[in-house]
Amino acid sequence: MTGGGTGLHGRLRQLLGVMATAALVGAVAVGCGGSDEGTSADGTVTLEFAQWWAPELPAGSFDKLMSDFTAQNPTIKVKLLSGPYASTKQQLVTGAASRTLPDVVGLDGAWVSDFAKQGAIADLTALMGDAKYDSSQLASQIQIKGKTYMIPVVNFVYPLFVNNDLLTKAGVTKPPSTRTEFLDAAKKVSALGGNVKGWALPLDTAVPNGVQNDVMSWLWASGGSMLTQDGKPDLTSQQVKSTVEYVKSLYDAGVVAPGALTMKEQDKVEKFTTGQVGMVIDSLAHITLIKKNNPKLNFTVVPLPAEDAYTGKRGIPYASWGIGVAASSKHKAEAFKLVQFLMSQQTNAQLSTLANGFPGNKTAEPDFSTSDPLFKTAFEIYKAGYPANEFVGLPKSEDLMRSFDEQLQLVLTGKATVDDALGKSQESWASVLS
Amino acid sequence: MEPAKLDHAAPPPAAEVASEIPAALPGGMRRFSARGAAPYGYLSPTMVLIFVLMVIPIAMVVSYSFKDNVIVEQNPVFAGLANYTKVLTDPDFLAALKNSFIFITVSTVAHLLLGLGFAMMLNTPLLGGVTKAVFRIIYILPWLFTVAVIAVIWRLMLDPSGVVNYILTTAGGMRDGVDWLSDPATALWALTFINIWAGFPFFMISILAGLQGISADLYEAAAVDGATAFQRFLNVTIPQLRPVLISMAVLDLIWTSQQFALIWMTTGGGPLNVTEMLSTYTYKQAFSSYEFGTASASAVIVLLLTMILAFFYVRLQKER
Repeated sequence: MTGGGTGLHGRLRQLLGVMATAALVGAVAVGCGGSDEGTSADGTVTLEFAQWWAPELPAGSFDKLMSDFTAQNPTIKVKLLSGPYASTKQQLVTGAASRTLPDVVGLDGAWVSDFAKQGAIADLTALMGDAKYDSSQLASQIQIKGKTYMIPVVNFVYPLFVNNDLLTKAGVTKPPSTRTEFLDAAKKVSALGGNVKGWALPLDTAVPNGVQNDVMSWLWASGGSMLTQDGKPDLTSQQVKSTVEYVKSLYDAGVVAPGALTMKEQDKVEKFTTGQVGMVIDSLAHITLIKKNNPKLNFTVVPLPAEDAYTGKRGIPYASWGIGVAASSKHKAEAFKLVQFLMSQQTNAQLSTLANGFPGNKTAEPDFSTSDPLFKTAFEIYKAGYPANEFVGLPKSEDLMRSFDEQLQLVLTGKATVDDALGKSQESWASVLS
Repeated sequence: MEPAKLDHAAPPPAAEVASEIPAALPGGMRRFSARGAAPYGYLSPTMVLIFVLMVIPIAMVVSYSFKDNVIVEQNPVFAGLANYTKVLTDPDFLAALKNSFIFITVSTVAHLLLGLGFAMMLNTPLLGGVTKAVFRIIYILPWLFTVAVIAVIWRLMLDPSGVVNYILTTAGGMRDGVDWLSDPATALWALTFINIWAGFPFFMISILAGLQGISADLYEAAAVDGATAFQRFLNVTIPQLRPVLISMAVLDLIWTSQQFALIWMTTGGGPLNVTEMLSTYTYKQAFSSYEFGTASASAVIVLLLTMILAFFYVRLQKER
């Protein structure tokens, strides 16, 4: 009989144990195990900083900058959440949706509008006001309806990369400066035969930034715009039409490397590195990679060719490592201190030098003494022109690029006329930018 | 022969039962006993995980599919079936549905045929043990690669100036190479080929296991009856493998319909949307257009289509 009672208690104990385990598993699974919100008992605040920058910098260099920040601000620690660009983007998109963004976030200008619309990132204008921050030192700020949501920390420009040896071999004596010269040079390089072509045009629709870097860059280089003064699409303008017609003329002339319709940016870089392509529009950030993979490649960077009669300043496409603060952060003041640190003259110059980019602080001077001379050349090009990227700050900018990309592919394959394609793109963009 | 003793199945003495379930307990309490609840206690960790990791996300996606501006707006509004109407009338979705159908059916049929062919080759008594082992390793290699590696390998191989075109133009007599993945006429077939290459070894291994389980007596009996090799294949091998083949085919239909990474890393749905599948369409709706409502509607449609396949799979398993 006693055995029965013991069995009952035993089973109850077992049952309670199992249920406690289940509750614990559930608690861990739903992530409700803690509630410290990044503040420890001694008042030290730990900021989470999600970005894709650390993996692209020399190993350990970004951690060292964060250590410097902590040394200056002993009550603030930084936990870096580093990953590749694409996974960082996905992480931030889901974080924005669930209001669980890390305190400080690395931003691309293409994401800002959507995150701001969701209320996921904080108004930096207010934070700058609270911190009495002098924003006049900032080279640029990305604003939506007059409020700053992103500050570009480092800018990477996209000049024209030219393979000197291929051009010389093809009988081209100087890098092209106008569209006519470019077409001519591309034809001559393509005439060398083998697998060599004059230019590479990556139009992969999975990551359609080729529209921004390799197509619209021709428009901006000639001072053109794809938007009206009030921010509406202006794709049927003569300038945009001329740009698309020019790209088609290059494609029809057979000077574009084959496989353009699904070519990715890394394929473009690879083809230039291996000498299969004479000229590409590419990020300065790739200079180190190109030289590492092919130390013997003799190349230079020049401004993007403009329309033959154009004499004004040339727009040069750029991409940024931008920074923002999560609207849901409990430590916005501390988060902005980190922003201030990264935008300070000394740190910004240091970071730009490490990243081979151009500083977001106007007073910061990158140190070119140990860099490749091409960076200095590019800095001159950057200063002679103006940074141009009209996709920055636009809502659903990747979607806009993709819809334009699809229409451009129809034009290149002869399935649509330039006018029809631009008309459809205009219609598609208008529904987003209305 | 002495019949087996069934003492372990005998009911416990009435007094012992009475001690564990007191008869004096009120009616409602009587039903809830430690013995009755214990199985649920043991199951509860799994049930909690299933609830948190499956039921909640699926319920959320279903609820999103009925809302407009979900996620991107703080206060999304109920939109009824508008998202479903929008998705089902979107030419891109219909194209993705068609492409998915071709991609899935061709992949599954090819997986079956190739898997069966290679499995029979590895099961043949005509080859020696060492030869079979070598080929077994060679054939299984594609299955060991991750999707990212497969995508990179085939992007390089099928590049306009890649190995495949080099062979075709130098040894194959072709004048110009083919833009396998960027020509709208060939992209879907090239992508399907890559998927077939990556997936057939799993079929091969599973079918090989099935072949090795077929009794040699059946073949001997058929041979005695005068059946030819083809007749033995048709009347012994296929019927014996039928459960394996059907299960594998249904599972492959489900798995292939969920293929995303390979498509995204090779063609991204292009060129001109000819390789757009339901998975890439849904992803673009969510993470490019930020249309989480239509993305959810598309995901629910995919879920329903997959559930039909899953239903057949479960029914087949029950029949077995």
